[in-house]
Amino acid sequence: MNLNENHFQIFGVPARFGMDLEALETRYHELQREVHPDRFTAASQAEQRVSMQLATRVNEAYQTLKSPLRRAEYLLHLQGVDPEFETNTAMPEEFLADQMEKREQLEAAVAASDWQRLIALSSDLRQGQDSLLSKIDRQLEAQGWNEAAATLRQLKFLEKLGEEIGAAEESMDS
Amino acid sequence: MALLQISEPGQSPAPHEQRLAVGIDLGTTNSLVATVRNGIAVVLNDHVGQGLLPSIVRYFRDGRTAVGRDAEREQSRDPKNTIVSVKRFMGRGLKDVTHAENSPYDFVDSPGMVQLRTAAGVKSPVEVSAEILKVLRARAEEALAGELAGAVLTVPAYFDDAQRQATKDAGRLAGLNVLRLLNEPTAAAIAYGLDNAAEGIYAVYDLGGGTFDISILKLSKGVFEVMATNGDAALGGDDFDQRLFCWVVERVKLAPLSAEDTRLLLVESRAAKEFLTAHDEARISTRLASGEAVDITVTQTEFQEMTRQLVAKTLAPTRKALRDAGLDVADIKGVVMVGGATRMPHVQRAVGELFRQAPLNNLDPDKVVALGAAIQAGVLAGNRRSGDDWLLLDVIPLSLGVETMGGLAEKVIPRNSTLPIARAQEFTTFKDGQTAMSIHVVQGERELVADCRSLARFELRGIPPMAAGAARIRVTFQVDADGLLAVSARESTTGVQAAIAVKPSYGLTDEQITRMLRESLDHARDDVQLRVLKEQQVEGERMLEAVENALRDDADLVSAEESGALRADLDALRRTLTCNDHRTIKSAIERVNRATEDFAGRRMDRAVKRALAGRKVESL
Repeated sequence: MNLNENHFQIFGVPARFGMDLEALETRYHELQREVHPDRFTAASQAEQRVSMQLATRVNEAYQTLKSPLRRAEYLLHLQGVDPEFETNTAMPEEFLADQMEKREQLEAAVAASDWQRLIALSSDLRQGQDSLLSKIDRQLEAQGWNEAAATLRQLKFLEKLGEEIGAAEESMDS
Repeated sequence: MALLQISEPGQSPAPHEQRLAVGIDLGTTNSLVATVRNGIAVVLNDHVGQGLLPSIVRYFRDGRTAVGRDAEREQSRDPKNTIVSVKRFMGRGLKDVTHAENSPYDFVDSPGMVQLRTAAGVKSPVEVSAEILKVLRARAEEALAGELAGAVLTVPAYFDDAQRQATKDAGRLAGLNVLRLLNEPTAAAIAYGLDNAAEGIYAVYDLGGGTFDISILKLSKGVFEVMATNGDAALGGDDFDQRLFCWVVERVKLAPLSAEDTRLLLVESRAAKEFLTAHDEARISTRLASGEAVDITVTQTEFQEMTRQLVAKTLAPTRKALRDAGLDVADIKGVVMVGGATRMPHVQRAVGELFRQAPLNNLDPDKVVALGAAIQAGVLAGNRRSGDDWLLLDVIPLSLGVETMGGLAEKVIPRNSTLPIARAQEFTTFKDGQTAMSIHVVQGERELVADCRSLARFELRGIPPMAAGAARIRVTFQVDADGLLAVSARESTTGVQAAIAVKPSYGLTDEQITRMLRESLDHARDDVQLRVLKEQQVEGERMLEAVENALRDDADLVSAEESGALRADLDALRRTLTCNDHRTIKSAIERVNRATEDFAGRRMDRAVKRALAGRKVESL
């Protein structure tokens, strides 16, 4: 393993969206068993430094590969495709309308401290994410990079909504 | 009871090959030291058979100190010079100190950490903690009949960088080689997990004397992986004492109390709280120095009512940790209870209700943290045996960020990221020819910098002069396995390494540590030079052994030429070890370090390939 390898190479798995998460975790633990700083407390300082770099790298790779959204983003990055999260705000009208409505529902649920509605919104959101993830899986397999980038932008939107729901839960909790 | 059997007798290395290592739980109320003996983790007791050392330090005018029970006995006679619960002040400024009005101390509001004026002079919380650690170190060295190779110190999982750094500094000041800072709930999980061969997702609910932590861990095939952690670094059993104390003052209609009477009544309140754990009511009956008599009975129900909010304050972080881990209470296989304050029945009940299962109380909540730390210390010191193949993956408890325009905090490393972790962030200059810039690092979850904890201000100097916005300064934030932050910076277009001047907001500078070291050694009639020399000699020997082992194990990874040069450097280092100048040894160590850099990389590469061998082929 060297620091120039990409995340997939570090884990020795094919660079594709489909991922066996259990096998990935097993591999993660095997790698950390070898490189984690706890294994090098008696080693030379040079080895300790390398150990920290590699353990950091393995963590970064694992976090990226584990999350479908970040994995998709990384696959596009390897293809040199920029998902243009900041600049490209063109979205299908239907999607935007749906998002507006969900955000209004969220506000209403918070205003009424309505846990049930919050939970319903969460599960709604998860369904939406799942369907976009199967879509992006097909697009990436077909090497439709630009289509995949468009789907990724929508997923990012949903992720933000998810964070807002989480924040709402937190504020209602305290 | 045979707690924590790790290996079969006979499998363990011969005692003379064992490196002496201990785990130390530096608690708010009590501290203790433990070690692994014949494969079993045990707490080391003092001369009268006590394991728990009250975390209390009394300072005398002549600079002497009394630590533990001796200090505890006199605490209400000399409250100003008898420091209790010093952990609450570690890495904290005066404005962060809760109940300051009920504290008898003479606080000194210094720019970084708060300090205390005592009969023996102004003391930093780091120095006070070091006094406790020194007693435990002496206890361990006597019990184990030798010098300690290293120690693992435990910290609350929710401690921020400043509090962690302060703890590590205290260890150094006490002359300990700190192998690792270990999160308290994680230490408990190691002890519990190994003892019960537990598999699955567990929660550790740790309510100590002054801190609360909740950690969610996944235990699978010898891996302890923290999924999320949360807590409150200023909430613990102490606060329950305070509530009861205030209730008594109000009920008895006491006039404002002197420092002595405050301490006396607090001690009485604590005793009553403990009594209520197994009784329906407790009586507080004492005569104050002011002459007033206090005689009042508090019932279990009254006590629970007045502290209900405190218990509720632990539940919100618990739910937050579950949310961060993406889990529901139904996913939790067991809830391990840690910390003396979890003995309170209404705490047990609230936790049971939240998790919809009876909490696990089969470990001593006062000792389990030290035992877990001892197990990790043994492994880190190199006493790893077959069966000790477990691995620990912990997280950073609070997000790290930098200050941006308008006093906003921009997150660089999100909370609950697995350690070690690094993130690079790019900054640019906003003026032509600008050669310096400052970066403010903060820790916390809030949006405004003012609501987060200020960790340090970094002054970057030596940026090559360029047009505004042309310089690309890449700042790397690296958090190590102790949860401690290090920052480095480089200008990307020219590759110039920018110099960093760190001004820790709360931590101690190296000069302060050296001063404290000198002061503490004055009393021990020891010599700083000697101590530093000794440190370098130990490091040199460690280095020699490590590199020689590496050369033996992976001889084929170095050319004959390289190996010759390396051996020459090693011989040079060996010769310096007998000299009396620590600088000479240090530079020889550094030379070996540089010379082994490539070799270290190749060795690691081989180790990783070995880990993946046999699997790579099938998956490609």
